[in-house]
Amino acid sequence: MKIAVCVKQVPEGDSRIDPGTKRLDRGGEGALNAFDANAVEEALRLKDSTGEGEVVLLSLGPAKAQDALRKALAMGADRAVLISDDAAAGSDLVATSYALAKALERESADVILFGQQAGDSDGAVLWAAVADRLRLPVVSQAAEITHAGGKLTVKRQTEFGYDVIEAPLPAVVAVSDAINEPRYPSLKGIMGAKSKPQETVTLSDLRVEADRAGEQGSRTEVYALNDPPARADSKKIDDDGNAAQVIFDFLAEKRLV
Amino acid sequence: MSTLVFLEHHGDELLKGSLGVLAKAATLGGGDVAGVVVGSGVRTLADGAGKFGAAKVYVADDAQLEAPLPQPRVDVIARLVRDTGIDTILFGNSVLTADVAAGLAARLDAGINWDLVDLVQEDGKLVGKRPALQDSVYVDVGWTSEPRIALFRSGSFDPNETGGSAEVEDVAVELEDFSSAARMVDQAHEESEGPSIEDAPVIVAGGRGLGGPENFTLVEELAKALGGAVGATRAVVDAGWYPYATQVGQTGKTVAPKLYIACGISGAIQHKVGMQSSGVIVAINKDTNAPIFEFSDLGVVGDVHEVVPKLTELVKQRKSS
Amino acid sequence: MTKPADFPPPFRTADYVAAPSDPPEERIDVGVLIVGAGPAGLACAIRLGQLLEDAPEIRERLGEVPVAILEKGKQAGSHLLSGAVVNPRALRRLFKGRKRLDEMPFYGPVEHESVYFLTQKSALRIPAPPTMRNEGNYVASLSRLGRWLAEQADEAGAMLLPETAAEKLLVADGRARGVRTGDKGRGRDGQPLGNFEPGSDLVAKVTVLAEGTQGHLTGVALDRFGLAGENPQVWALGVKEVWKVKRPLDRVIHTMGWPLRPGAKYREFGGSFIYPMGDDMLTLGMVVGLDYRDVELSVHDLLQELKTHPLVRKLLEGGERVAWGAKTIPEGGFLALPKQLHAPGLLIVGDGAGLVNVPALKGIHYAIESGRLAAEAAFASLQRGQTPATPGALAGYDEALRQSFVWKDLQEVRNMRPAFGRGFFLGGALAGAMTATKGRFPRRDLQLECDSDADLIRTERAKSYPSPDGKLTFDKLSSVFASGNKTRDEQANHIVLEREVPQDLALLWERMCPAQVYEATETGVDVTPSNCVQCGAITAKGGRLTPPEGGSGPEYKLT
Repeated sequence: MKIAVCVKQVPEGDSRIDPGTKRLDRGGEGALNAFDANAVEEALRLKDSTGEGEVVLLSLGPAKAQDALRKALAMGADRAVLISDDAAAGSDLVATSYALAKALERESADVILFGQQAGDSDGAVLWAAVADRLRLPVVSQAAEITHAGGKLTVKRQTEFGYDVIEAPLPAVVAVSDAINEPRYPSLKGIMGAKSKPQETVTLSDLRVEADRAGEQGSRTEVYALNDPPARADSKKIDDDGNAAQVIFDFLAEKRLV
Repeated sequence: MSTLVFLEHHGDELLKGSLGVLAKAATLGGGDVAGVVVGSGVRTLADGAGKFGAAKVYVADDAQLEAPLPQPRVDVIARLVRDTGIDTILFGNSVLTADVAAGLAARLDAGINWDLVDLVQEDGKLVGKRPALQDSVYVDVGWTSEPRIALFRSGSFDPNETGGSAEVEDVAVELEDFSSAARMVDQAHEESEGPSIEDAPVIVAGGRGLGGPENFTLVEELAKALGGAVGATRAVVDAGWYPYATQVGQTGKTVAPKLYIACGISGAIQHKVGMQSSGVIVAINKDTNAPIFEFSDLGVVGDVHEVVPKLTELVKQRKSS
Repeated sequence: MTKPADFPPPFRTADYVAAPSDPPEERIDVGVLIVGAGPAGLACAIRLGQLLEDAPEIRERLGEVPVAILEKGKQAGSHLLSGAVVNPRALRRLFKGRKRLDEMPFYGPVEHESVYFLTQKSALRIPAPPTMRNEGNYVASLSRLGRWLAEQADEAGAMLLPETAAEKLLVADGRARGVRTGDKGRGRDGQPLGNFEPGSDLVAKVTVLAEGTQGHLTGVALDRFGLAGENPQVWALGVKEVWKVKRPLDRVIHTMGWPLRPGAKYREFGGSFIYPMGDDMLTLGMVVGLDYRDVELSVHDLLQELKTHPLVRKLLEGGERVAWGAKTIPEGGFLALPKQLHAPGLLIVGDGAGLVNVPALKGIHYAIESGRLAAEAAFASLQRGQTPATPGALAGYDEALRQSFVWKDLQEVRNMRPAFGRGFFLGGALAGAMTATKGRFPRRDLQLECDSDADLIRTERAKSYPSPDGKLTFDKLSSVFASGNKTRDEQANHIVLEREVPQDLALLWERMCPAQVYEATETGVDVTPSNCVQCGAITAKGGRLTPPEGGSGPEYKLT
């Protein structure tokens, strides 16, 4: 089974937004998005359960995102493809999903996995856009995946309880962080990661038209950065025996009871 | 501006989150607000939407739309948007709607902004407000073309019952092959009692100020009365008073309920980063200098052992009356 | 009277020495293994790279990975913290003809300096003692410098293995054979979790211990090979912050006196430093010798108190704290050096060896120089027909170090610390006399006493610590947060200590620890190991720090 895992490099530690470009500052150290480790782990388990196949990492980001990819290679993925192109900087969901879909088309994987969220932008929707572009079924929030007879059975939790969904292969699945506990890379894995294939491709390699990438290919923009609003009418009282009533009235006024 | 709000339902009820977005849409002005209901046997829901401010409700009612899966909904809405020239599509965030909105963005090559807490008209432009980087900064975002898609953080707006009625229009249902490939085999199968901490609208959390593990019953009872879940700080989890699964904070869960009641919690930054996005924060703590009071909406300097049981009693009385 | 030494930790060196046990196919072989990606270890890797460049046949013999560097932090620099004003001498030698100083990540040369004696309200400017003059030196963040050095080591062909702790020293046939790395994925009680990943034997021809202050395997090796010197090592604890400020600071500042107490019975020796970091940042820190006696002393809270002094408060006005961290400093100097710094197959470099000049507040250039010299000795022992395993094969390192400026500097100032009891910052005549006589005064060397042998006293010191306002002054927990520490909570405890101890000792640990790891209880002490920033103070004061799971602990960037 061939499994592609879409992963992202996010800034290590505290993130900041560059006030000039109004984009997330990606100048500092990068790390593998923690939620993506769950997707890589699940890919490795799926590969192991079928006994053969390949786990390919796919990412869009600056050239040094290869370092973050190496961490996932150290976990056991077989190779990595990084789409890196200055013209891709500033891509929003529309542009990113287009470029990723183009790269995924080249791979024709049986399963395409995503982590549940990007730790930097809090984005948690990319898979659905990619699936639509690839015209493949999509299931998100997967808490358990089983594979049999050319289809996946996915258990997931929604606001209302557990769903069980079946999807034929190929399919796109976004996993929740409850699905597994990602493995630690072994020392052998860390040492071996350096010699695994890490390909860097440009937008033109993928035949992504210039007007569909970067800012030009994006449909959203950022106007301004503001301080968060102060918490309105915050108050503090001493309990004179009546505090429970004060809280209750406060909650009633806010229609919270 | 012509706005469409996706009206999500569960069983025979429209979700409050969707109705809140509908109320918000009505305040933006500049044209009619329509809703869309997608499902099987959902015609009757359309009338309900009229009461909450929709001038028009599109209904896609088809047996193939029974299961709450995103891709058939993308097909329906994409077609509707193309046919009607709707320029703005709004969603209240949920597991289902996030996937519908993003699929739709790809299908229509439409800009999508997510995790918004507000949407306003500024200088003739629609501007979304998006908290970022653990809510430490609010980003003004917009769209460079139409249609625009916005996904709001759940609980951003309250529904507004206007008592009006909506014109109901059926829309044709024609699905792509790949959209029906995923199949719901079992749905909404409850396995646990009470809401999980990530999904609960109310969290009552306890810290060291409770004095001992036995006093967590105070917290549990208040949570039960409010229909919420119980949270805990790292200190009490470390001390073995309460299970790790309930830990809120830097190394535990990040939660954003509508109401967070902190009982005997000092409010260390490690805890704060896990709950600061909560809608309303109420804190009860003996120590008047506790940092929690700096970021709570209502702070009570008092003894949790006295205040919490009384509050539980008041909530129970209200419920039974 | 209670003293920490009466309650020794249940730590046995033998538990951390092992023979290689992995089956041959699992074993990982490298040429030279360097433990610790700090200035010493990275300098060693860089120098080896330079030497191997011109010696392809040796490189070939060292196998697929000629030089590997183990680092327990998330990346190089994650656990590095220092003042720091760096003497560039050793860097110049290391990068001779390859890199210029202006290519290194310095914040600029020291242009002005001031030394103050503080009282609670006033600041008296005093002349800088001769050992403390910093002309020609550069301000740096050691964490940043470390990351840059790691890039150079990578270019020089060394393989950095981050997030990996060196837990046991591998010894066979009386010689060091490498290290066993720490397990990952153990639970609170040490039980393997679902994602348990056992450590591996990392076998090397030469093992270089460059672990820095309180090096875990360095301590084990000193014991195992009987290398310890006559005097025990002693330490100071430093806690520092980095601030974004409105106005640039134009000089480096050192202070003595307040908030430390002068009375001899307190044994509070130390001071503070304030260094500029470019136009918009500065760093300030408080350093106190760990032979102090008062159970209520807290270096973290002393630093908070220091910031309320008018002199300091003014510098921080309108600013914002952006980083925090803590670390110990080996202060025994020359007198506390091990008898020798090599054993068969083994070399010890940098802070781990105790190469710190306390009166000059310098150690980074000694670390770099010792790493460079260790590389040359290791390289010499790998020549055809030689083997680093024979006794004395690596003695060239000790000889070269004795010939170097490192030795000369340390010897000259050897008696300053014990002469003052202890003291990171020494002023006055005695130091002057020692400097003037190039260390010939006093004639007989003084003795050092273990930090854990200091009898405890209890005053009401803590009453005057400022209560944290979250703007100028901070509590310990928010400081741990600012260190970037995201250690998972259910990790196995890595701190070895006696749990049932008298109140005084429990309180001493509670106050001492800048990261709120210890809490005194009715019967002894509770431990929250996930708060730990691995400063090492506990090892000086009656416990023993062992390496936690690789990749945990602080994630320093600016310290």
